[in-house]
Amino acid sequence: MTSSAITAGGIAIHGHDADHAHHDDGSRTLLGFWIYLMSDCLIFSGLFATFAVLAHAYAGGPTGKELFDLKYVLGETMLLLVSSFTFGMAMLNMHAGRRNRVLAWLVVTFLFGAAFVGMEIHEFAGLIHEGAGPDRSAFLSAYFTLVGTHGLHVTCGLTWIAVMLDMVRRHGLDGIVRRRLSCLSLFWHFLDVIWICVFTFVYLHGVL
Amino acid sequence: MFGKLSLSAIPFDQPIVMGTLAAVLVLGAALLGAVTYFGKWGYLWKEWFTTVDHKKIGIMYIIVALVMLLRGFADAIMMRGQQALAAAGAQGYLPPHHFDQIFSAHGTIMIFFMAMPFIVGLMNLVVPLQIGARDVAYPFLNSLSFWLTAAGVVLIMLSLFIGDFSATGWLAYPPLSELKFSPTVGVDYYIWALQLSGLGTTLSGINFVVTILRMRTPGMRLMQMPVFTWTALVTNVLIVAAFPALTVALALLGADRYLGMHFFTNDLGGNAMMYVNLIWVWGHPEVYILMVPCFGAFSEIISTFSGKPLFGYKSMVWATVAIGVMSFLVWLHHFFTMGSGANVNAFFGIATMVISIPTGVKVFNWLFTMYRGRIRFTVPVLWTIGFMVTFVIGGMTGVLLAVPGADFVLHNSLFLIAHFHNMIIGGVVFGCLAALNFWFPKATGFKLEERWGKWSFWCWLVGFYVAFMPLYVLGLMGATRRMQHYDNAAWQPYFVVAFVGAAIIMAGIFFTVLQIFVSVRNREANRDLTGDPWNGRTLEWATSSPPPFYNFAELPKIDQLDQFWADKERGTAYRQPAHYADIHMPRNTGVGVFMGAFGTVLGFALVWHIWWLAIAGLVGMVASFVARAYDRDVDYYVPAAEVERIERARLVPLKNLIDRVDVASSEQRVA
Repeated sequence: MTSSAITAGGIAIHGHDADHAHHDDGSRTLLGFWIYLMSDCLIFSGLFATFAVLAHAYAGGPTGKELFDLKYVLGETMLLLVSSFTFGMAMLNMHAGRRNRVLAWLVVTFLFGAAFVGMEIHEFAGLIHEGAGPDRSAFLSAYFTLVGTHGLHVTCGLTWIAVMLDMVRRHGLDGIVRRRLSCLSLFWHFLDVIWICVFTFVYLHGVL
Repeated sequence: MFGKLSLSAIPFDQPIVMGTLAAVLVLGAALLGAVTYFGKWGYLWKEWFTTVDHKKIGIMYIIVALVMLLRGFADAIMMRGQQALAAAGAQGYLPPHHFDQIFSAHGTIMIFFMAMPFIVGLMNLVVPLQIGARDVAYPFLNSLSFWLTAAGVVLIMLSLFIGDFSATGWLAYPPLSELKFSPTVGVDYYIWALQLSGLGTTLSGINFVVTILRMRTPGMRLMQMPVFTWTALVTNVLIVAAFPALTVALALLGADRYLGMHFFTNDLGGNAMMYVNLIWVWGHPEVYILMVPCFGAFSEIISTFSGKPLFGYKSMVWATVAIGVMSFLVWLHHFFTMGSGANVNAFFGIATMVISIPTGVKVFNWLFTMYRGRIRFTVPVLWTIGFMVTFVIGGMTGVLLAVPGADFVLHNSLFLIAHFHNMIIGGVVFGCLAALNFWFPKATGFKLEERWGKWSFWCWLVGFYVAFMPLYVLGLMGATRRMQHYDNAAWQPYFVVAFVGAAIIMAGIFFTVLQIFVSVRNREANRDLTGDPWNGRTLEWATSSPPPFYNFAELPKIDQLDQFWADKERGTAYRQPAHYADIHMPRNTGVGVFMGAFGTVLGFALVWHIWWLAIAGLVGMVASFVARAYDRDVDYYVPAAEVERIERARLVPLKNLIDRVDVASSEQRVA
């Protein structure tokens, strides 16, 4: 009646029908995670729309052109893009079943992600120090909220990577761990795509 | 240490609130005492709170909804009482700030904590059974969704006794809801109660989309799904697509209030209309999120009790999908007066009117289903017919409001109030009560008793018309919504009539409660032994009432719509399988309860700016979730022998019954 029944009985005894209800080969979770990502994407689209509406509501305060340092942001962008590449390496190794390399690439990804968040916090702190904080104008409110929400997502991703590091260490690359790494991979690449939009519409468009 | 919270937050000076508090404390203590006295805590925890069984979660949702219906209605009748009194020189019995909280709480509770839990509860109860699944795709998330909704309920109930509630209407429009004009914690309660329950609803939406797309029984194609499941699919897609907009709107309002930002403020570049747009991008689809599953329930009811397949199944499905898509194209009709120009208003006005076409298709489908049917006038059918008449009237006033020119006159008038209550009471409430009567025996194993059900229906129906028709007239006379007091004494008679209507509705609610009470008391007389009390058509009636926790011992095979009906016709229903297989089921878990509890703590701490407690609540939520991820013992197998024992206990006595039913129905056919 417990999981021992699984080992004792084996899959062969339970026909296809018996397994239908609660055997998830991972595809069901991935579909659900995709749907979640789309709904998260809509959260970002709401924030982008708000930013678009308020992009010129400077209220006499500083504009994007005066505030943004494109080179610095390019640095952040590179960190995040490279972290996506390193996550890809982790996934390739996962499919090849190489546990230690997965761990190593996840650590590298974590470091790049953490560096990105660090740079963002540094950027925000600088802006607030200059008197260009989120309470200065509607434009800055929208800017901080949009970019900050992305940063918050990256931070959640970092927490998730940390948990997965421990899980890979404990359980190896079994079905559950693979499924979760696949979801995390989707999440991480999704944040990359969002960042490309942030870079384009917030920073590039703001400076040009 | 306690942020803004102090003893003075409890409104000792308000006798109505204190009286309610006393009643809640006494009744709550009595309830908790009774549970303790009868030693039921273990039972409640093991069988209900920690359950991941979709049927039990569905029942808990519906209980929450019924309780909140009482709370929301108490607000409603207080408003009607105030407005019946406070004409010309009289001031009534509710001071303005209290009255403002009451109408805000009424709307918020009825939509978020009555209608939504009812709809989600019905989907939980019915959808997996209709598609022949053993549970939803993510049973733990389902439990979590429920407990997050419960956390929202707890917060909104706390606001009654600790601090105050939002006084800014059910959608908390800025700039009124900004800190400058609403400095108390009311709006903060509103924000966090809705964010918590909104998260739960979004998770439910994802859960059900995947359940319906991936867990249908072998052979069931999309176009063979029962109509209620179709409407559930459309509704859940709407939930996933619309709720992010609500999350964003409330988060930005929160950023204004907590972090001093300027999204919607009057100064420093804020734009209040941005909020209004965002909230209605969610708000209009929300109307359909509530309404569409009720369409599904009515469809099931009308075809079952007419003894006919639903007329125009395919057109019904496409009409539902069309309504779902169009629901995203009409949000601006809630604020034509924003002044976005004639062309924009014309677009949204026309789009609004176009929605009435698929809705009309549905109404005709129901009528043609009844045409030449052998209709049994049971309680669910009464609700359905009452709905059809009422909903069509409400639809017509809606099309009237969709004309931007007319809307400029009627905007925010009582005409609007009458219109949307016409839709939501006539559509959603009637739908939920019809569905409650229809699926109650499936959930509990015994039918709801007819007599008090009919009393309830007639009181609701008559009460609705008496309460809201005067509001149409008042709206045309120029009365606006949300008035604590008005000068024009000529309006008073209409308000008095409306109050009488509300009192009749109160009788309707009383009879619903009485109906449930009497039915529970006389349950042995109303037992449903066959699992099919209405001679139903779809799979949920093929299993027992209440269904075993695994729903189906053997997953049903489907090759047509209304498979169960066809099986009964051919005499192949209730087959005992040659052999049973082990069944794989999820284990119960308390993590959902813990996360809901930590969520409540988080919300409460945020409302009162108790930062250390907020951090504790958040860490608790995340830690519970991560701990759950480490739990690898989340499912088990029910041995085949156990399944066989349960099934035989039902099927062997049933066989005698079936033989009798078969004889009866063949006689009926001859007649």
